[in-house]
Amino acid sequence: MAGGMASASNSAGIYKGRAGLLILPSWLVIGFFLLLPVCMMLIYSFLTKEFRGGVIWEFSLAAYDQFFFNRGLFGDEPPKIEWTYITIFWRSLWQAGLATAFCLVIGFPTAWFIATRVPRHRTVWLLLITIPYWVNLLIRTVSMKFLIRDTGPLNEFLLWLGMIGEPIHLINTNLAVQLGLFYSYLPFMVLPIYASAERYNFALSEAAADLYAGRWTILRLIILPAVKPGIIAGSILVFVPSLGAFLAPDLLGGAKTFMIGSLIEEQFKGNAGNWPFGAAVSMILLSIVMTVLIFYARNQTRREAL
Amino acid sequence: MLQRTQDTTVAVDIDRVTKNYGAFTALSGVSLDIRDNEFFTLLGPSGCGKTTLLRSIAGFEEISDGAIRLYGDDIAGLPPHQRPVNTVFQQYALFPHMTVAQNVMFGLLRLRKSDSEAQTRCAEVLELVQLSPFAQRYPNQLSGGQQQRVALARALAPKPKLLLLDEPLSALDLKLRQAVRVELKQIQKETGITFIFVTHDQEEALTMSDRIAVMSAGEVQQVGTPRDVYEAPRNRFVADFIGETNLLDVSVTSVADGQALCVLPGGREIICPAAAVVDPGPGHLSVRPERMTLTAPADALLSGRVENHVYLGTDMQVMVRLEDNEVLTLRVQNSDAVSVPDIGTQVGIALEAGAARLLAD
Amino acid sequence: MSKVADMRRFPGFLQLTLLCLLVLYAPLMVVMAYSFNDNTSITIWGGFSLRWYEDVFFGVEAPKFKQAALNSLTIAVMAATCATVIAVSSAVAMMRARRLRGRTASFALINLPLMVPEIVTAVASLIFFSAIGFTTGYATILVAHIVFCIPFAYLPIAARMQSIEDTYEQAAMDLYATPAQAFRLVLLPLMMPGIFSGFLLAFIISLDDFLITNFVKGAGIETLPTAIFGSVKQGIKPNIMAISTLLLLVSVGFVTLSYLASRMGQNKTKT
Repeated sequence: MAGGMASASNSAGIYKGRAGLLILPSWLVIGFFLLLPVCMMLIYSFLTKEFRGGVIWEFSLAAYDQFFFNRGLFGDEPPKIEWTYITIFWRSLWQAGLATAFCLVIGFPTAWFIATRVPRHRTVWLLLITIPYWVNLLIRTVSMKFLIRDTGPLNEFLLWLGMIGEPIHLINTNLAVQLGLFYSYLPFMVLPIYASAERYNFALSEAAADLYAGRWTILRLIILPAVKPGIIAGSILVFVPSLGAFLAPDLLGGAKTFMIGSLIEEQFKGNAGNWPFGAAVSMILLSIVMTVLIFYARNQTRREAL
Repeated sequence: MLQRTQDTTVAVDIDRVTKNYGAFTALSGVSLDIRDNEFFTLLGPSGCGKTTLLRSIAGFEEISDGAIRLYGDDIAGLPPHQRPVNTVFQQYALFPHMTVAQNVMFGLLRLRKSDSEAQTRCAEVLELVQLSPFAQRYPNQLSGGQQQRVALARALAPKPKLLLLDEPLSALDLKLRQAVRVELKQIQKETGITFIFVTHDQEEALTMSDRIAVMSAGEVQQVGTPRDVYEAPRNRFVADFIGETNLLDVSVTSVADGQALCVLPGGREIICPAAAVVDPGPGHLSVRPERMTLTAPADALLSGRVENHVYLGTDMQVMVRLEDNEVLTLRVQNSDAVSVPDIGTQVGIALEAGAARLLAD
Repeated sequence: MSKVADMRRFPGFLQLTLLCLLVLYAPLMVVMAYSFNDNTSITIWGGFSLRWYEDVFFGVEAPKFKQAALNSLTIAVMAATCATVIAVSSAVAMMRARRLRGRTASFALINLPLMVPEIVTAVASLIFFSAIGFTTGYATILVAHIVFCIPFAYLPIAARMQSIEDTYEQAAMDLYATPAQAFRLVLLPLMMPGIFSGFLLAFIISLDDFLITNFVKGAGIETLPTAIFGSVKQGIKPNIMAISTLLLLVSVGFVTLSYLASRMGQNKTKT
């Protein structure tokens, strides 16, 4: 079909008639090995659990029921709201939000500082920020664990300085998880803000200064609105992976700092072995993330339409 | 110059070509005959369809209707690589990863010329554009003017039947552009290849072309030699687009044998050439500012009051408000011998013979 | 100092930037330093030594880690290669076709692996492979890696293509190149820096992955991250720090390579 036909109608657009063929591999691979699996996961969340992992092909709402309601040990009591999993979600949202806020507070000044260097120095600063991102996340998290242990270098250093009298207990606390998340995703905040800041027209600052605005007024009224797209993009890039993070809570936290990632992992790898429940929790996580992303995309198109 | 006797072989026959982009019509039924060995210019403001027409000839746009014939063969359905036509692109589109020589030989090698043949031809065209010492350089090591000449050499190398030039001078600065005009015209004469040149710059069009097609809104407004389109514009668009002009509202009494009898504002009658047979009634005269002179108010064809002047170096621009409130612009050469009347003075205006022309619309 | 200040600067921003770098680098530096510690106890400094590097290459656990490293490497090379080929083909379609049905949908699809949280991808893949009866192992890891590498390979390639005007291909076609020749002789060489960056990015991302691999790997096969994770679960040992340092250096090497490649690309096409 392609041969003669294509060459005759090919005078406009070189890849005309071939575009569909070129895009096909992406559709096949991602469609078959990600889109289809996600649909399957949705189905699994409505099936009955098999005790040693896996499922029985029988429709059941048990997974979602287990998430939201407590019917007592034998399932015969009147349903009460089950707080265990909602608390885990709440903690995850809170931790992810906090990590986003911390990353913003440190990331914005950093991005701005880099964007205001001379171009030659900018690349060096930027490289310094990106290198840790390229280092294996597992290794980074393990390094953090090593650093902040009760007998780790951080505590020893502080003791040696005489700043503290006894080691600070950080490991297995929410603060340690928070530190891990912040450390894991900080570059994700810096880079998009930098991309926005780099395009900022400094004549705007000068115009504002000319109109009697002080330095911090300029930052608030002119610069922050101008780099807002970068801030939003950065926030999403930090928030979304933090929400489903596994390594930081698992390695740096303990039982009291349980987050969604660990909850899901436990259903498949751990002893609980409840696949439908794991699938249901994954679906709930996915819907939260997709809601955030759809809001973002909506906003983005509205911004472009302006 | 000698070979340019009225050669009437048609090189490109553009036959009622229409191009639609959805609801937008970029070209509506354009017909043109471009002759062999001709330097032909498509002139018009941006968005008039000139580039679309050029790209349709090159094969980058699919035409919606009509035919494009190159020496009799319909090429409208062929992809670009099967058309014996080459293009000099606006931003040159020199392949940045190839040297000048590799760029120039690209087309020759695609036509399966042997290496030695390609190299000989490459040397030849680089000689023609005076870039022989730069053969091994990369495009980004050349100045804008040199890049432009590489683009020309690359397009000329395969000896196309037709060379298309898409505003090739627009990226150059003014001084260089003027020098390249002369050079380009010279190369066209030497090679004897038919050139179709697209520009929005009327000066470029007037200085280089054998013939010009003035385009607007997807249609050809007028085709003619530079002298034709400048001195005998057909309609208001052409008169206004090429050079400066005054459009005078007149009342047409009659048109016969190419001559029109019109009543000027102020009541005097004038006989002038007409671009077309126009029905009696309101019409427009085109008068070039440099073809009018200031006279005493008494007995003048037109009269009014000097409203303003603007000093332009060699010339003085004088605006005169006529009795019916129309403003005419005149050009008066600056010299010590002539003094320009003060603002507010009552003046008369005389027209040189043949200065006024009744337009078709 | 004059009162006329540079409007670009804000007091304290330099300090915050340095704090940012401190947070990013301190853990890595500490682990690097302690990997040279000549003491079995990881806490007490016992002088400089290369014994843990020796242990990595020749120790008791060396065969396990070597096998894991080999698996990681071969999977990363194959996954990055496949992802890059798919990404190039998609980028050409997305950036060059004038009319492409479902362009927005295709864009969303290519970026889907970035949008779905890693843990969800991991769960979905595990469920899918078990449902269709695909034995978990080397092949499942490879397939999963190809999927999430595609957007990472795609982004630099598409960014690169965006900066290549399609007049280059038109010029090639105008000079009698067939569409295939225009692609091979003109577009492909111009895209090369983007393809190179895309490949490297995909490679590192594949090498980096722990979570998805851990879900789909099945028993009996380890990649470097899963092997390290398994070992760390029983406490951080000095040999892990040596491995970490080595991996860190590999990553830094790749970033530098990618940076140099992109700079070379910029120099060449600057006009």
